[in-house]
Amino acid sequence: MEIKGRKFMGYRRENGRVGVRNHVIILPVDDISNAAAEAVANNIKGSIALAHPYGRLQFGADLDLHFRTLIGTGCNPNVAAVVVIGIEPGWTNKVVEGIQASGKPVAGFWIEQNGDHNTICAASKKAREFVQNASEVQREECDISELWVSTKCGESDTTSGCGANPTVGEAFDKLYEAGCTLVFGETSELTGGEHLVAERCRTPEVREQFQAMFDRYSAMIDRHKTSDLSESQPTKGNIEGGLTTIEEKALGNIQKIGHKCLVDGVLDKAETPDKPGLWFMDSSSAAAEMVTLCAASGYVVHFFPTGQGNVVGNPILPVIKICANPRTVRTMSEHVDVDVAGILAREINMPEAGDKLLEMMLRTANGRFTAAEALGHREFVLTRLFESA
Amino acid sequence: MSIEFVVHDAGDSVGVVVVEGVQAGQALTGWVMHQDQTLNFDVLDDIPIGHKLAITDLAEGDTVIKYGVDIGRVVQPIKKGEHLHVHNVKTKRW
Repeated sequence: MEIKGRKFMGYRRENGRVGVRNHVIILPVDDISNAAAEAVANNIKGSIALAHPYGRLQFGADLDLHFRTLIGTGCNPNVAAVVVIGIEPGWTNKVVEGIQASGKPVAGFWIEQNGDHNTICAASKKAREFVQNASEVQREECDISELWVSTKCGESDTTSGCGANPTVGEAFDKLYEAGCTLVFGETSELTGGEHLVAERCRTPEVREQFQAMFDRYSAMIDRHKTSDLSESQPTKGNIEGGLTTIEEKALGNIQKIGHKCLVDGVLDKAETPDKPGLWFMDSSSAAAEMVTLCAASGYVVHFFPTGQGNVVGNPILPVIKICANPRTVRTMSEHVDVDVAGILAREINMPEAGDKLLEMMLRTANGRFTAAEALGHREFVLTRLFESA
Repeated sequence: MSIEFVVHDAGDSVGVVVVEGVQAGQALTGWVMHQDQTLNFDVLDDIPIGHKLAITDLAEGDTVIKYGVDIGRVVQPIKKGEHLHVHNVKTKRW
């Protein structure tokens, strides 16, 4: 299938970026504002609250990441408008101003000296206005090169490495040529195959940046580990699925970046790329954390290959599940968007599997709900770097 | 032709079982994906779908190769056709 030049129907935002969903989100700045945010989302149909457990007494790089993730999530083109609720005005306004830079409608509310009732009432009035306005925004024709696609795999097994992940690799090779903006990450999960990623970096500078990120992450694991990490990385589920070592898991993982595309640059967590190409994001290998970071970086469609059946979703980023394990496809069919078990039965070849994924990507971009969306999987998980002050 | 296991590369020491219910003594056909060749031999253990079998004899201390790359070290001898997993192979990292 020729993907270059293909069109899809997306939502063009104020800053020119294109989204494939039209969410109005109620975004708490901190843990104690979750109740108010959820109350607003309950009042106003068509809005969703992104509850999370953090945002108090964080500092330094950990606080920077907290703000970058919240602001990035608000700025994501899959979001039409944002209501921000925090306990006090200072940090609430910081998030509001960050999202305002994207040009989209955003309003902030705080609870101190107002109480939950008044905050919920005022925020609900604004959320109603945002939802009604968003419901009139029309999809328009957009070029495939305007699509930002992220990938991360989960509950992998050996079928991931020989089926589902190379399927993503096939699709990534074509999307790269079509001028899309792509990202992969999972720093620790490259262990044993990091030299292969380093070889794929476009310039010596990018290679050095990648290697520094990898080395830093490895040193962190060495500092904290109490064993060889068996059962954590690979996970119990990975081992159940037949993966034996981190090296084996990593080599399967990097099949997702295909054969042709080069790593054009590296990103810090939740950082937004400034040009098309394939980006490496220094990130957690835990599914919901990594997908949340991809959404905060501005990605609008996600490829999620799984072997044993990770069921993760995201509140604003449609997560397309790809599976090559015939047993998982049979026992967990409601979670699988793209069944590529035919690869291992030699019924379809890899390019055919890649095209099957691209076809589903276009349908998803045009508005089809993913399995995770239909099932209500909205995992929003913030990455923490260290303890609170 | 139907297959029961796949091998990524002809130089690999392992194959991956891709069907359910493989039992000890069963004659298996494997597909070497990179070179598009087939392999035939008898499996010595019951092996769950997704798990690996050795396609060559391996001694303690040997390196296990998959995708043409090092995936760990052998910690107890493994015969061709036996189940290869966390009980007889460990990471060289961490």
